[in-house]
Amino acid sequence: MKLARLARLDLSEDEINEYRQELSSILDYVTLLQEVDVTGLEPTSQVTGLVNVTREDQVMDYGVSHEDLLRLAPQTLDGQIKVKRMIG
Amino acid sequence: MSQWLPIAEIAAKVAGGELLATDLVDQALKTIEEKKEYNAIIAVTAERARERAASIDAAVKNGENAGRLAGVPFIAKDNFLVFGAEATAASNILKGFKPPYQATAIERLEAEGAICVAKANLDAFAHGASTENSDFFVTKNPHDKTRVPGGSSGGSAAAVVLDMAPFALGTDTGGSIRQPASFSGCVGYKPTYGLVSRSGVVAMASSTDVIGPLTRTVDDAALVLEIMSGQDQLDSTTIPRDGTPYTDLATDLAGKKIGVIKEYMGEGLAPEVKERIDAAIEKLKTAGVDVQEVSLPSLPTALAVYYIVCPAEVSSNLSRYDGQRYAYSASGTQNLDESYVKSRGQGFGKEAKRRIMIGTYVLSSGYYDAYYRKAQTVRTKLIQEFVEAFKQVDFLLGPVAPTTAFKIGQNAEDPLQMYLSDIMTVAVNLAGIPAISIPAGESNGLPVGLQLMAPQRADRALLSVAKATEELLL
Repeated sequence: MKLARLARLDLSEDEINEYRQELSSILDYVTLLQEVDVTGLEPTSQVTGLVNVTREDQVMDYGVSHEDLLRLAPQTLDGQIKVKRMIG
Repeated sequence: MSQWLPIAEIAAKVAGGELLATDLVDQALKTIEEKKEYNAIIAVTAERARERAASIDAAVKNGENAGRLAGVPFIAKDNFLVFGAEATAASNILKGFKPPYQATAIERLEAEGAICVAKANLDAFAHGASTENSDFFVTKNPHDKTRVPGGSSGGSAAAVVLDMAPFALGTDTGGSIRQPASFSGCVGYKPTYGLVSRSGVVAMASSTDVIGPLTRTVDDAALVLEIMSGQDQLDSTTIPRDGTPYTDLATDLAGKKIGVIKEYMGEGLAPEVKERIDAAIEKLKTAGVDVQEVSLPSLPTALAVYYIVCPAEVSSNLSRYDGQRYAYSASGTQNLDESYVKSRGQGFGKEAKRRIMIGTYVLSSGYYDAYYRKAQTVRTKLIQEFVEAFKQVDFLLGPVAPTTAFKIGQNAEDPLQMYLSDIMTVAVNLAGIPAISIPAGESNGLPVGLQLMAPQRADRALLSVAKATEELLL
């Protein structure tokens, strides 16, 4: 199923069939929005009104070390996170 | 009758040496153990809680300032990163994840002496309205074990009602603090979007997610909010506070204008809920409130807007769970792509996958304009209608949910039916305005919550009117 591919989800045949039906009914429900008149309105992407929030480009010490984070990874090598080969 | 004093009093007694933080932690852990059949709790942070309690008791003995929440135990929804326990968001994909840092909200509460004792159950990744989507177990409603406590902060609400701790933390993206507060029978506060930092809380829908307290009283919620809120460098969507405190609330009701939302009081509302809301409205009128009917005609579109915008943002936020840097990673995979798809396919639960796929669909090329962009534009319309309504009245009022707590299993087979329980809460999230659920009595032995709403940034005013209403409804 193309969607599952885009979302990087491995789904079984059964799952695909189940989701197909459910997604279909959910998407049917939301098509009621097609009727809504939105002439002259812009989309809202955020509700705070904040613009370009910045901070100083300085390294801050939050008490978390490189090791603390590496420890969480399934595989590491020489202080780096190791992943499976990408091709093949 | 609760075994806990009001939060401010607990802190005062700990600071004054009358109560020991260590005893309070033990008390909380004991109650958690006694009530474990309700499945409200995923994990306890006993060791760390006892260490912190000991250091707070020592600080008090030394004459040091122990903080405004000194020794107060609390429970955090398991989508908060807290030291001393895993942060799973009730999902198998995060099982085993030990946080390397804590949520800012937790840091702020701890800086004032509060002590986290446990992590509460939720619908996995906060996707749901009942905790039935938890990958681990379903929480039972404290009033009726055959019913849900609400969700997604169902464990947090149940924990407060079961008296496990004086307060709990939840998150509200589409109603997930207010609806379980209504179903389980406690106060649930949803602040203005941006008031409380979301750093260290598992993200769901970034444009609507907020953190808030679940408590027994409005005063307690206000104090917790006071401590947690304020700008945070780690969350660039936080808004600056203007110096208004949320404590010492003024509770005069006379002359206040409250608008009852017409669209929430009609056909879909169960009679046993309507009767409690109507009774509350009568009491408000008697107290001198100018109660009017208000209409926000676009409200029936809010659920559709939410179920496009929310999954879209979820699909983006959940893309970080890739099995490579932390948490669940599938074994026996041959290459990176297989590792991604299998880790995610195996680790995520059904509802997470459902939402990721809806989100991926509505954001995909060819569909983005018709779905996502359209939904965000209808959102603008909804926001405008709230702004207009608040020109007419000071606050808005309505039910929290169309029914009282439903039976476990009742909506589990039909995702759309489950989504419909959010119908009275999502518009508030889309607009970013504050709202609260306060107990408004029971119908057939089940709690009913009353919802009050205010304009953006009017949290103090909302808490004040809520406190006054709470007193009226006692």
